[in-house]
Parts: sequence; C-alpha cells; structure tokens
Amino acid sequence: MNTKGKAFRYPDNVDTDVIIPARYLNTSDARELALHCMEDIDSEFVNRVQPGDVIVAGWNFGCGSSREHAPLVIKTCGTGCVIAKSFARIFYRNAINIGLPILECEQAAQEIEAGHEVAVDFDTGIITDVTTGKSYQAQPFPPFIQNIIKSGGLLNSLREGSAND
Amino acid sequence: MGMTMSQKILAAHAGLDSVAAGQLISAKLDIVLGNDITTPVAVNEFKKAGFDKVFDKDKVAIVLDHFVPNKDIKAAEQSKTCREFACSHCISHFYDVGKMGIEHALLPEQGVVTAGDCIIGADSHTCTYGALGAFSTGVGSTDMAAGMATGTAWFKVPSAIKFNLTGKLPSNCSGKDVILTIIGRIGVDGALYKSMEFTGEGVRGLSMDDRLCICNMAVEAGAKNGIFPVDDVTLAYLKGRSEREPVVYEADADAVYESVVDVDLSAVTPTVACPHLPDNTRPASELHDVGVDQVVIGSCTNGRLEDMEAAWRILKGKQVAKGLRCIIIPATMQILRECVERGWYTDFIDAGAVVSTPTCGPCLGGYMGILAAGERCIATTNRNFVGRMGHVDSEVYLASPQTAAASALTGYITEYKEA
Repeated sequence: MNTKGKAFRYPDNVDTDVIIPARYLNTSDARELALHCMEDIDSEFVNRVQPGDVIVAGWNFGCGSSREHAPLVIKTCGTGCVIAKSFARIFYRNAINIGLPILECEQAAQEIEAGHEVAVDFDTGIITDVTTGKSYQAQPFPPFIQNIIKSGGLLNSLREGSAND
Repeated sequence: MGMTMSQKILAAHAGLDSVAAGQLISAKLDIVLGNDITTPVAVNEFKKAGFDKVFDKDKVAIVLDHFVPNKDIKAAEQSKTCREFACSHCISHFYDVGKMGIEHALLPEQGVVTAGDCIIGADSHTCTYGALGAFSTGVGSTDMAAGMATGTAWFKVPSAIKFNLTGKLPSNCSGKDVILTIIGRIGVDGALYKSMEFTGEGVRGLSMDDRLCICNMAVEAGAKNGIFPVDDVTLAYLKGRSEREPVVYEADADAVYESVVDVDLSAVTPTVACPHLPDNTRPASELHDVGVDQVVIGSCTNGRLEDMEAAWRILKGKQVAKGLRCIIIPATMQILRECVERGWYTDFIDAGAVVSTPTCGPCLGGYMGILAAGERCIATTNRNFVGRMGHVDSEVYLASPQTAAASALTGYITEYKEA
C-alpha cells in the first residue's frame, strides 16, 4: 500500500471542528459532508485536493470531538494519508477503525513544505519528499493495529477474529 | 509494580491480575453510549458488518441531545434512525425528548453509570464519569458499533499524570476554574493518551458537580480519561441512584506516574480560556476590556444544578446588560424542573435571560444561540475552537457559571466578587 501526491500543510492543534464543522453534522452522508472538509481552516482545500494528496500537520492533529466524520471526510476527499507530529487519541483510533492511513513522524511533519510531492510506503513507513529527495522513517504501528488496518477496519477484523480476542 | 486507579479498573475488566502502561488489552464494557450525531453512523456500521443484536440491551445507552428537539429535517432523520434502532433492539437506556438530557449530565443523574465501571461512549466528553470513580473514555462510532456487538473494546493501557490537589477553592471559583487552570498549565496535549488521576486532601472539598466538570474537560488536555478516588461524597451521590452496585478501586501506594502536578486549590482564581484553544487561559480580572454579545450557561460541562444555582445567585433581581443575549440551558429535565420549582426559572426570565430545554445546541454551533461574524460569547461550555459556536469570525471565551453570569450583568468579561 502506498500513496503519492502533493502536500497540504497545517499547523499544530488542528481540531475536528475545522476539519468538519458541527453545523453540517445533521447528516452522516460521507460524500455530502466531504464537500466541507477543512472548510473553517482552508476553504480552498476541497477545490484543490487530488486523489493521493497528503496532509502534513503539527502536534495533536484531530483534537476535540469524537466525531468519526472527521477522518471520514478526509478519506472521502481522496486524501491518501495524514502525516503529523502527533495525533489526538480519538482521531487516531477513528482513523485506524475506518481505514484512513495516518503516520506519526516529527521530522517529516517539520520539514515537508506545502506543494511538495510526497510518496508514502505504508508497509515500510518510509515517507519520501520527492521534491527534495529526502526520506523519513515513520513510527511503525504495533502488530495488533496493523491487523486492523490489513483487515480494512475494526469491524472487518472482528469478523475475522483478529481483534478483541 | 503498582497500578494506577485507571489501570486497576482496566485489569479487572480484562480478567487480568495486572496490566502495565502500553499493554494492549481487550476489556469488558459496562456501558456503551452514543448520541444523535454519532449513533446513526454506528448503526450503519453495525448493520453493514452483519450484526443483528446488541450484546446486552441494558448496557447500551442512546441519548438524543445534540440537535433535539430536532433543529431541522436532517436532524429529525438522524433522531429517527436512533429511535428505530433503540426500539428494535429494546434498548432500556434510550432517552428521547421529554426524558432526555445532555448525556454526560443525564447518565450520572439517572444512576446508569457508577463507580468501578468501564465505559466507552461515542462522544469525546464521555471522560466525565471518571468523577464517579469509573474508567470512562470517548471513542468514535465504529468503536461504539463494535462495543454494542461484542461488549468489549480494545485499549492501550494508559500511563498517568497524578494531580495532587490541596487546599480549598475560594467561594467565587468552581471546578471549571480548576480544570481551566490545569489545562492552561499543561496545554491542550499535555496529557495526550494518558490518564489524569486527581487525588490529595483537596478532593474532599470538591462537590460531585465540581468533579464531573473537572473530569469532563480532561479530553481538552488530550487525556484518555480523568478519574477521582471514591470517597464519602461519591458514595452519598451514588446511594439510591446507582442501578448497579458500585465497585471501589484505589490506586496502589506504589503506582507509577509519569509526573506529579501539585494544584493548590486556594490559589485558583476565576479563569477564562480565550480564543481559540482551551489552554489559552488568563485571569478573568485581566479581561475587563473584552465586551461580549452573548452569554451561554449550560452544556455537559456546566449545566448541572450547582451551575444553575451559581448563575441564579448572581442574576436574581438584576438585569442582563442592554444589547446582550443571555441563554441558560439546564442540562437535564430534572434540573430544569428543579429550576422551575425553586423559582429560579422566573428569576432568570425577569433578569432578561432565556431558558431552553436541555440540548447541546450552541456549544458545538448546532442551534439555539449561533454567533454572527465578529460576535463574541462568554460560555460555560468546553471548546473555543475557530467557528465552534457559529461564524468562523466569531469568538468564544470559556469560563465558570459565576464568571459568565457576572459578565451577563456588565456586558464585558467580569469576575464575580461576593457582595
């Protein structure tokens, strides 16, 4: 599994209210919600994002609400991956549960600039800034979480008996 | 090696003698919670995965609170999805309009959650129930679906920060000022992935409403859960209320903490979190130049009876400032009823405030008090992110009910001083 695309950069503490404002949460239709992805921090994001593009952010990405709609709209927009210095814990859990690839890598999150071409290999955790040619090694997931990801999310892994056993 | 209080509850629910920080476990759940925003997503996942029954109809709680009474047609459809699911699975703890309240005020009040429980809820403020001595944490809708189907959830056992509380709060401060002070000190990711364990001789002077408010905002410091020890105050609150027998856990004397933070409650002052993060705190006394257009007193953080009483003591017989909207939202029907019976409801109206039926409403920019561009609100809610209560160019200042009510009378941010 891998992704390749251009980088969108955001600061520390990007919260779930700017990822998907609650005023739109009167529906749970992912495609309808995805039209408002990142709206309150970057109203142009949904017009510019292309399949495979990468969000690069600082500390505590996804803080705030437990709304699973947040990783869901990022995934539905076609975003290939989120790279951050750290993730808020409910966002981290939700991203894994719904199959949005996320990687913790402080140096990559610090150095990759907006608009750079980025390639990510999820099997090895290697992030490459194609524009600069520099590579970074992200934190690998524990095997338990890798199983959930490989199964395509928590509920699939439950059916296969690889989680909660 | 000794365990923290949270670790002991997790070990017991995982059927293990001991657990250590970082360990991955599967734990049995006492309550699985969802609301009108997160439950429809969970119901969809539950059905898609082919599950046809919940693990225990008495251990699932579904509370309609964010957008009810239904704010629009789409919200009505979401409520309908929850209602039909609850009905078809005979969910005993389903709370619809007329019985509902804001989930994190309602479940403790109704005795649905108790000491020693292991609880997940598809709402980030599920960490509130740690005030009762439970391990309780927020998750997403897929975890809720899995929890409803299997009665278990996976956890990475958290390490903990110990908050050693000493002294007694000044009379113009409450639990809200304590938690805002702590978040201001450690930051919005200061307890990321960790437990916040509150302890020390200062605990006994904190009411249950103060403790619920403090644990409620643990997530605003990034924490997995907040937790208080069980004492006489807890047991008195649970008596005659708790549906199940409370189980008391204590941290081991040799429990390992990542760090210890000392908090002298007597030194806490009325504190306000300025836009746009809960850790951007300042003393209320330094913010007199900040004029406000709206005051909101309510939410899962501060919509409880003591919060209503604090607001009433300040507003009764007075008038809210000209040009200011003051919106008061008791968190449950029982609290609303108390406000009516005690005459507070009339006093609020006479002061020029409005009183709503229970709802999360404006806290998350849903309805019932949305801000226009350039408007400013001081609120007893829990988040002040960009656009949280309305327009992206509006501002939310977080404060205690006392500070919010005092500000309602002046029209600018004002700390309450007893006459």
